[in-house]
Amino acid sequence: MNHAVSRSDLLSQAKRKRIWHYYWKHRYLSLLFVPAILYYVIFQYLPTYGVLIAFKDYQFRQGIWNSPWIGFRHFQHLFELESFWQVFRNTIVLSVYKLIFGFPAPIVLAILFNEVRHSLFKKFVQTLSYLPHFLSWVVVAGLFVQFLSPSIGPVNLLLRLVGLDPIYFLGSTDWFRFTMVTTDIWKSVGWGTIIYLASLASINPELYEAAEVDGSNRFQNMFYITLPSLTPVITIMFIFAVGQIVNDDFDQIFNLYNPAVYEVGDVLSTYTYRRGLVELDYSFAAAVGLVKNVLAFLLIVITNAVSRRVNEYGLW
Amino acid sequence: MAARKKRSIGELTFEYLNYTVLIFTSLAMVYPFLFLLSLSITPSEFTTVSLNLMPKGFTWNNYEQVFNNEYILFGFANTLLRTAIGTVATLFVTVCTAYVLSKRYYPNRTFWTMFVVFTMFFGGGLIPNYLLVKELGLMNTVWALVLPGLINTFQMIIARNFFLSLPESIEESARIDGANDLRILFSIVLPVSMPIVATLTLWTAVHHWNAWFDSMIYMQSGDKQVLQVVLRRIVLEGSDTMMDLSSDMEHVSRESVKAATIIVTTLPIICFYPFLQKHFVKGVMIGSLKG
Repeated sequence: MNHAVSRSDLLSQAKRKRIWHYYWKHRYLSLLFVPAILYYVIFQYLPTYGVLIAFKDYQFRQGIWNSPWIGFRHFQHLFELESFWQVFRNTIVLSVYKLIFGFPAPIVLAILFNEVRHSLFKKFVQTLSYLPHFLSWVVVAGLFVQFLSPSIGPVNLLLRLVGLDPIYFLGSTDWFRFTMVTTDIWKSVGWGTIIYLASLASINPELYEAAEVDGSNRFQNMFYITLPSLTPVITIMFIFAVGQIVNDDFDQIFNLYNPAVYEVGDVLSTYTYRRGLVELDYSFAAAVGLVKNVLAFLLIVITNAVSRRVNEYGLW
Repeated sequence: MAARKKRSIGELTFEYLNYTVLIFTSLAMVYPFLFLLSLSITPSEFTTVSLNLMPKGFTWNNYEQVFNNEYILFGFANTLLRTAIGTVATLFVTVCTAYVLSKRYYPNRTFWTMFVVFTMFFGGGLIPNYLLVKELGLMNTVWALVLPGLINTFQMIIARNFFLSLPESIEESARIDGANDLRILFSIVLPVSMPIVATLTLWTAVHHWNAWFDSMIYMQSGDKQVLQVVLRRIVLEGSDTMMDLSSDMEHVSRESVKAATIIVTTLPIICFYPFLQKHFVKGVMIGSLKG
């Protein structure tokens, strides 16, 4: 027994030596790798350690380690808080709306692009539709604040011309979610088509030719060739979109919301920001952030498992 | 395409409908910009509401106002600085990391790949990241804007896949001549990797140009903020200090100055747009093939 232990000890020691030998052998590669290790340890793994403050009563003076432990008290408090549940509901509702209306939009647009025979026109529209993707939400928010403004915005002018009352798109709880969904579609629909266009381009043109010989018309082609060819991509994209349901779009909401619409527009990330960095309740905000991260992580694991079963394809 | 039969009425209707929808889409994409452009050159006495994009008067005063605003000039300088430093640093570290992880013979490669990929799915979140930057003493320095996002793991993996796709043979002769890995990377592999380097550069530069949240939380004084934050203060928060309206300016209205500020911030992106667009689309293709 004794003998065996020391033997395996020796073996693993030798193995360890060999590993270091390999790192030394490729020392220039190791040198190139040092910045990455430092980066990931400091800026990716250390913050994960910082999550501990969600279980502590964090005092800046005492630092993360020396602040007193308080266990799950923040979480208990959190789950009893009406405002948390409201924010949670808002996040899910908004994501579901975006999924229902925003998800099909690029698919439809990609199919429309695909049906255009005039290639210059197609290129032109595509190029224009990609543009918003390159702008920050600060710029886009600024754009829409003026564009939708009840006083100077053309949208409300149009409404007034046809005899309707002006709409406070960003200030009314009835319209805020609608505005979030439409501005999100405006910003991302064009860019979203790219992945579908790529898979449309890989459809074998012989399929269409054969179908035409058999007397199939354009609509039949669309429904029986184009759409089925897109199904695998659509399935994958849908599954991953579902996996993102607790990940709200901080940049969009933060730049467009205001206290008048918190009731419907405040979401997990904006709530975390305000509780943490405005009200300086670090521990509580870290707890909210942790709940969100754990949910997001679970959702990704689940949707990935579903994806593997449905498509035999997953992220890992 | 094969010779086409006579088109049916249904198909023709669809054709017209499709063109109409797409023309409407294009209009929806550019109309807001044209509206702002028009607003930004309109003198204050004419800033009434109109659907007509043709401004009734013309003035450069709004733009003059923007370029006389020192916060905006500081903002430009700060944005340029972070974009320059951030892009160079990110490019260098990303290429090095991707190259190492592309070498099948590098020890514990699978472990290191998982070590890196795990961070794509779980992170500390806003508060721990903020406290980290604070405790490292990076507040109010450009490093707070560069270091926390130094490597974008997804993009690094794309670069790694690119290196993996290069044939081994291009390195072999150099290796026989006794060149070390550093020389091989920088004088043999990199020159043939310009497509991926260009794509990474543009991704990173656009990211830095558009970034604002980190500056907003890590920079504590107005003259340290990046352009996007200055824009946010002026346009979204309506901050008078930041708008810096000088009293002697005539023909200037707040709404027009806001519009001019948005245009000025967006212009650099629009100028490089055709070029950016091409490379970004290519990037999505590379990503989706391997992802």
